[in-house]
Amino acid sequence: MIDVKNLSKHFKVYKRKNGAFGAVRSLVKPEYEYIHALDDVSFSIGKGEIVGYIGPNGAGKSTTVKVLSGILVPDGGEVIVNELVPWKDRKSHVANIGVVFGQRSQLWWDVPVHDSYELLRDIYRIPADRYAANVSVLTELLDLEKLLPVPVRQLSLGQRMRCEIAASLLHDPGILFLDEPTIGLDAVSKLAVRKFIRQINKERNVTVILTTHDTGDIEALADRILLIGKGKILYDGRFNELKKKFHASRTLKVHFTGEAREIPSVTGILKLNVHENEAEVVFDPENISASALITYISGILQITDLEIETVEAEEIVAGLYREFEI
Amino acid sequence: MRTYLSFFRMRFLMNLQYKVAAWAGMATQFVWGGMYILLFSAIYSFSSAPKPMGLDQLTTYIWLQQAFLALIMLWYRDGGLFDLIISGNVAYELVRPVRLYPMWYTRLLSHRLAGVLLRFAPILLVSMLLPYPYGLSAPESLSSFLLFIATLLNGTLLTVAYSMIISISMFRTLSAVGSLTLFGLVSEFLAGMVIPLPLMPLGLQKILMVLPFWLTGDFPFRIYTGHIPVSDALYGVAMQFAWTIVLVSIGIIWLRRIQRKIIIQGG
Repeated sequence: MIDVKNLSKHFKVYKRKNGAFGAVRSLVKPEYEYIHALDDVSFSIGKGEIVGYIGPNGAGKSTTVKVLSGILVPDGGEVIVNELVPWKDRKSHVANIGVVFGQRSQLWWDVPVHDSYELLRDIYRIPADRYAANVSVLTELLDLEKLLPVPVRQLSLGQRMRCEIAASLLHDPGILFLDEPTIGLDAVSKLAVRKFIRQINKERNVTVILTTHDTGDIEALADRILLIGKGKILYDGRFNELKKKFHASRTLKVHFTGEAREIPSVTGILKLNVHENEAEVVFDPENISASALITYISGILQITDLEIETVEAEEIVAGLYREFEI
Repeated sequence: MRTYLSFFRMRFLMNLQYKVAAWAGMATQFVWGGMYILLFSAIYSFSSAPKPMGLDQLTTYIWLQQAFLALIMLWYRDGGLFDLIISGNVAYELVRPVRLYPMWYTRLLSHRLAGVLLRFAPILLVSMLLPYPYGLSAPESLSSFLLFIATLLNGTLLTVAYSMIISISMFRTLSAVGSLTLFGLVSEFLAGMVIPLPLMPLGLQKILMVLPFWLTGDFPFRIYTGHIPVSDALYGVAMQFAWTIVLVSIGIIWLRRIQRKIIIQGG
């Protein structure tokens, strides 16, 4: 469905020293450098996938989305989306995609939301019955009933974002690009948006490409992630595998009463630390399950309380960034 | 076509949203028109030399100017379009299955038409009620009235083509204030909006009549008053068409070149 081969794109960035002197100097002798936003990027995405596109700030995520949606013309490489080259066949290409840029707005600021929708209906030439059906489904799923007659400028960020996402789906696109769709949203709105994305992916088989800094989004949505850093694809695979790779071990903390006894090590236990009334056991869940381990320890110590430290998605991503030095 | 009509509808709705602005705009135009007329009638009463334009023609000219200001003002701009370009929201315009030039052309045209539809009737009505020679006179003849409407609308197409070039230049400069003020001042004068063309020295008139600016307002208004007889209007109509074609072509080519090099900054 989406095929990207050796894609590259660079930008010219002007640099100026601070202060008045720097400003004058840059007038006479402008200095700039080339930033390789995308450097030989290749991947392909199949129909109905949800792909999380992650990477630190300035890694090239948005640039990729802009190339895939036909806005930017790359310097080199091939992109085929639905048998079309996005920037060459822009008009026919964009008719089949939906795009949400989390930091921008596609709704008209001064008029009620449904007026913007009607304009989109006419721009995309959506048949009246499809439009009505889509609006009613989206209204229900995203809880827009009360928002539609309100001028956009009076909406809160989360309300607006829900309207934005609905706006990008009015024309039944096969592919949905979401560039930071949950930026600035509160917990409730985030959950609503995630649930909705899963739902349309399932029900309409919409391919979703999602860039985000929110690891919660990735965990909740993405079957597959693409990690980009310094313009290169560094990892392409399942998020669960990444989890295993980075945090193969887990830690069990045990509080106990009575005598602190030595725990004889068994297969799967990697590290043991027994203090006065607390023990820390680092184990490999591949070799010994948490329940087996707990049963084993409860035979030795009188357990009063225990906790298993879970691996935060946040830490995995941070670990990834560290490993790849991006 | 439906797409473009929809743009117009949207624009009209938006203008209706700002009712106070519409009233204030109208009031400004009354004051402005009245001031101009007082000024010119004072000048006319002091000089006994033959006038290139009668006072009644001149006042009619000025009232028409005020009533149709939104169609002829060269600096009149769609702030929304400028914001789109400066803020990078233009990204959303590029993911629509519509060609950019016609879409924006429609948008600017709608902006002007919506602006004029809200205002022109009251101004014309009130100025018609003013005593001679300070009010709006009837058109010279039926044929000059019809030609006035045709050339005014034709001139609007030219004005929009001009505005398109200004808007496209925003991609390069990213700053509206400086270039617009300069363009506005100069082109306003060249269009006869400060001093009507017939009151200018003959040599200057000849130069200005080769340029596109006078074709948008001055030309149709003078047809209405009969200052340009219908039989002499062919030159102006031909110039309107020629300049529209030239400016639209420049706009399309320039926008296409920019589209290839576009960079959306900031995420």
